[in-house]
Amino acid sequence: MRKLLKTLEERFFFVLMAGSTAFLALLLLMIITIIVYKGLPSLTWEMVSQTPKGGYYFGREGGLLNAIIGSLYLASGAVALSLSISLPLALAMNVYFRNRKKLVNGIRFILDLLWGIPSIVYGAFGFTIMIYLGIRASLLAGIITVSIFILPIMVRAMDEVMKNVPLSLLESAFSLGSTRREVAFKVVTRQCFPGIITAVLLAFGRGIGDVAAVLFTTGYTDNIPTSLMDQTATLPLAVFFQLGSPIPEVQNRAYAAALILTVIILAISVATRLLSRKFHKTSIK
Amino acid sequence: MENPIISIRNLNLYFEKQHVLKNINIEIPHNKVTVILGPSGCGKTTLLKTLNRLVDLHDHVKISGKIMLDDKDILVPNIDVTGIRKKMGLLSQKPSPLPMTIFNNVAYGLRINGLRGKRKLMPLVEKHLREANLWDEVKDRLRDPASRLSIGQQQRLCLARGLAVNPEIILADEPTSALDPISSTVIEQQFAELKKHYTIVMVTHVLRQARRIADHIVFMYLGEVIEQGPAREFFNNPKEQKTRDYLKGAFN
Repeated sequence: MRKLLKTLEERFFFVLMAGSTAFLALLLLMIITIIVYKGLPSLTWEMVSQTPKGGYYFGREGGLLNAIIGSLYLASGAVALSLSISLPLALAMNVYFRNRKKLVNGIRFILDLLWGIPSIVYGAFGFTIMIYLGIRASLLAGIITVSIFILPIMVRAMDEVMKNVPLSLLESAFSLGSTRREVAFKVVTRQCFPGIITAVLLAFGRGIGDVAAVLFTTGYTDNIPTSLMDQTATLPLAVFFQLGSPIPEVQNRAYAAALILTVIILAISVATRLLSRKFHKTSIK
Repeated sequence: MENPIISIRNLNLYFEKQHVLKNINIEIPHNKVTVILGPSGCGKTTLLKTLNRLVDLHDHVKISGKIMLDDKDILVPNIDVTGIRKKMGLLSQKPSPLPMTIFNNVAYGLRINGLRGKRKLMPLVEKHLREANLWDEVKDRLRDPASRLSIGQQQRLCLARGLAVNPEIILADEPTSALDPISSTVIEQQFAELKKHYTIVMVTHVLRQARRIADHIVFMYLGEVIEQGPAREFFNNPKEQKTRDYLKGAFN
């Protein structure tokens, strides 16, 4: 009887695990199928190589190059800006303030709070600051807003990896007479490189896919931005606007835009993973 | 003792409320192997990590007393800690190579001391790998990640890496406890060789190992120094009852 129960229990959890894995795979498959099925017919060379022409929003000629370039500019700029703050912060938390647990846990708590704030609030915050400083909606304002929005994501993702650097590794690095800066940048950064890449990727994905943070701050334009002060189109907004159109062709183009966005994220994800594999082999397990 | 390289005076260390090191007074002789002996959990490792101020990495540590190295107290707050650490190489229980190639592990310390360029680094890397008796095994794979070496090889790599910083003292925290018997023997033999040029302070709880390589013994029990002196005297003519019990194997 006991044995039968054990077998049943074993079986139940197996089915549960297999079921949830299958469900997740199915969900992903469905999302991809829908955007491919609806978007692919509208995804012409014109879509990715031209900016919108006069009749574009009525289903006529033109493409979304403005939004593709705009999104790439915005996300790369925001990731670069955010990285230049979050890497030093994560290193400080785990190397410089190694012996100040209370302080570090305080920072973690604040970052977790910031992570929980919805992106529309960051958008509104950015908008308020813009008005206060008298800046118009622009690529720069968008980059700053998005970089603030992805900052806690990046720091906490790096922090989680750096927390797990073995104490013995830090001890041996310090015992060689390294300064804290050398331990941080030569040892911990190297050891955590794959994790740092993952953090950047996660932040990039969130940054490029978000609508609310850029809604008020970057504006929207049919032109490719030529300076940081120009208004900038982004792919998520392009999806949003086109999906709201009553014209079926335009609606389908929204799916095409979503497909482009997905492909960009996928391409960058694969590229960075290949890059991080190169460094992974020297990491100490 | 004339001219000890390190003398520890009235050292007390608290970790939170716990009194880990109790009024320690030790003198460590120059160019000898000093073994800090004692059962597990008696504060040996903490003492070793206080010597190169690795305890700084921990929260809630309170230290009082003096550790004199070359007539300078290394526990004063504003001292150049990296300078002190460069004088002492550390071998830990479990070898932890840096996340880089074999060559760069050894070159790391050289670069920290300002040396640049492969032509200058190469002969020194070879010299230190030979000192650690590892050169012949790795000379054709210097570009491999250090993590691919066996544990025994990693420990010798850590020794070479420590020597590359050009220390005066080698601190070793049960350096053979994770190693196979052959690698352990190699490390012990290297110590016998290295003590011509370096002072070695080794922590162990293995009595036989202490008998094999110690010149000088410090015996600790529950955070206190029970007895210290030349190894021969310690083993043949122990003065304290606790020491006699320990040598008889009454506790471990």
